[in-house]
Amino acid sequence: MSRKTHFSPARIGIYAFLISAALFFLLPLYVMLATSFKTMEEIRMGNIFALPLQMTLDPWREAWSGACTGLSCEGIRGGFWNSVAIAVPSTVIPILLGAINGYALSFWKPRGASVLFGILMVGAFIPIQVMIYPLVRILATFGLVGSLPGIVLVHLIFAMPVMTLLFRNYYASVPHELFQAARIDGGGFFRIFAYVMLPMSLPIIVVAAIMQVTGVWNDYILGLVFADSETQPMTVQLNNVINTTTGTRQYNVNMAATILTSLVPLAIYFISGRWFVRGIAAGAVKG
Amino acid sequence: MHRVPRHPLRKAVPFAALLPMALTVIVAYLGTVLFTLAISLTNSRSFPSEKFVGMAQYTRLFENERWLLSMHNLAIYGVLFIAACLIIGFLLAVFIDQNVTGEGVLRTVFLYPYAMSFVATGLVWQWILTPGNGIEQAAIHFGFENFTFDWIVDQDMVIYTVVIATVWQASGLVMAMMLAGLRGIDGEIWKAARLDGIPPWRVYVSIVLPMLGPTIATVLLLLTTAVVKLFDAVVAMTQGGPGTASEVPAKFIMDHLFGRANVALASAGAIVMLIPVLAMVAPYLYARSRKGRA
Repeated sequence: MSRKTHFSPARIGIYAFLISAALFFLLPLYVMLATSFKTMEEIRMGNIFALPLQMTLDPWREAWSGACTGLSCEGIRGGFWNSVAIAVPSTVIPILLGAINGYALSFWKPRGASVLFGILMVGAFIPIQVMIYPLVRILATFGLVGSLPGIVLVHLIFAMPVMTLLFRNYYASVPHELFQAARIDGGGFFRIFAYVMLPMSLPIIVVAAIMQVTGVWNDYILGLVFADSETQPMTVQLNNVINTTTGTRQYNVNMAATILTSLVPLAIYFISGRWFVRGIAAGAVKG
Repeated sequence: MHRVPRHPLRKAVPFAALLPMALTVIVAYLGTVLFTLAISLTNSRSFPSEKFVGMAQYTRLFENERWLLSMHNLAIYGVLFIAACLIIGFLLAVFIDQNVTGEGVLRTVFLYPYAMSFVATGLVWQWILTPGNGIEQAAIHFGFENFTFDWIVDQDMVIYTVVIATVWQASGLVMAMMLAGLRGIDGEIWKAARLDGIPPWRVYVSIVLPMLGPTIATVLLLLTTAVVKLFDAVVAMTQGGPGTASEVPAKFIMDHLFGRANVALASAGAIVMLIPVLAMVAPYLYARSRKGRA
């Protein structure tokens, strides 16, 4: 590597580039935060990059419990709890099924399973628009449209490829002798899974959970189609607050609501750090 | 190895365990695609109809001004988005790889937008770019009195604002993957290049970039699928406007499925979107599986 540490025009250029890029990436976060603490008068008078002169928490209060979506003015807290209610089962169930799939594919290799897996991998890339109308019809036959189980089922369907892939690749690196030994000891399918495989799957479970919570929380289109006003996730509510309200736009409330909606994935990102990147790498590099 | 004869039902357990996956593949993936394909050959409006009309919906689709505009927008968007993400992501990765101080902080800063939803991304950039309030007003405050920056309400420029917002969101991901690729390259190359007196930029362009081929292929595939999916960011940022100036195919399909009750036309659009994706994915997965076997 060209690892020079002395100061040269090239080094200064490198830092200048990186720092200006960093400022560009940070700009929207700064603008969001600054705007959310300003009063509307200050927003009208001042400029978007200025720090708030009189800090106010009112926009945050308004966003959480007062902003109007459609007819009700109860803020986006309802959406927050809906998103929690959707994200928890939509994380636990896909991980469990993905782990079982990966385990069966890696060790038991039932006939035809690899064909199914191949189709599933191609399926991961199918645009949602191709599948969405038939899915609505299918869910409608079972009366699941707009219900929590319906949304969770749809999230499960769309999460199945990547969850299966993550666990299949993880179990592929587990020594086969371990599995053989467990079989000779008389372990059946689920016993080996529960007592041998699952306990050593913690790292990949963490990666999968990070990916899935973030993905489900940030989903918009599935929430838009499969939820009703009682179950809609925070992203859908956020968009309604900002883009369908009539009258003067409350930019400060809007930005507070945007930050509130982004808080969970951002917190996961900042706390999990390298795990988040690992998830991206594991999920992105297919096969 | 000597096998103890087991209960015949035990052999069925792995099959039973894969039943959810089998159902998902057959019903939710294959079934829905075939259903959509079938609908696209009918004259369905609000509900599926069985009247077969052949390719009529496809003809109608490609005579539809809004669809053609959507495709046009997506082409411009796709080329710019992919090019910008690749260039910015690669440059950031190369510059970070120069043994800089604060690497961890920089990586965190470049990647955090990726943790945000496209909805939030679209809304933030909508606010930043609002004429009379955002950057425009700030520039006027700083003394540039005649400064105008109204791309987001300009029919000819609005699609570029979507590019800016989504590149901001996604180029960190490219950076992270490129950086992982760079770190996987054998350090001996650098020693050899230095001995031969080859300038570092030449090494990057002529040696490192070709070696990053597989990484770039993966990134390209991810970015292409993101382009085809483009929906949330447009809805949040411009709602397809002003007018229909920032319409994209995914939004056209959603509007015709749910708002305008023209299911058959929307399904034809969806099938058209599927073709480039399959054309990209099939060779990619094939190459991967070949490599895995070798």
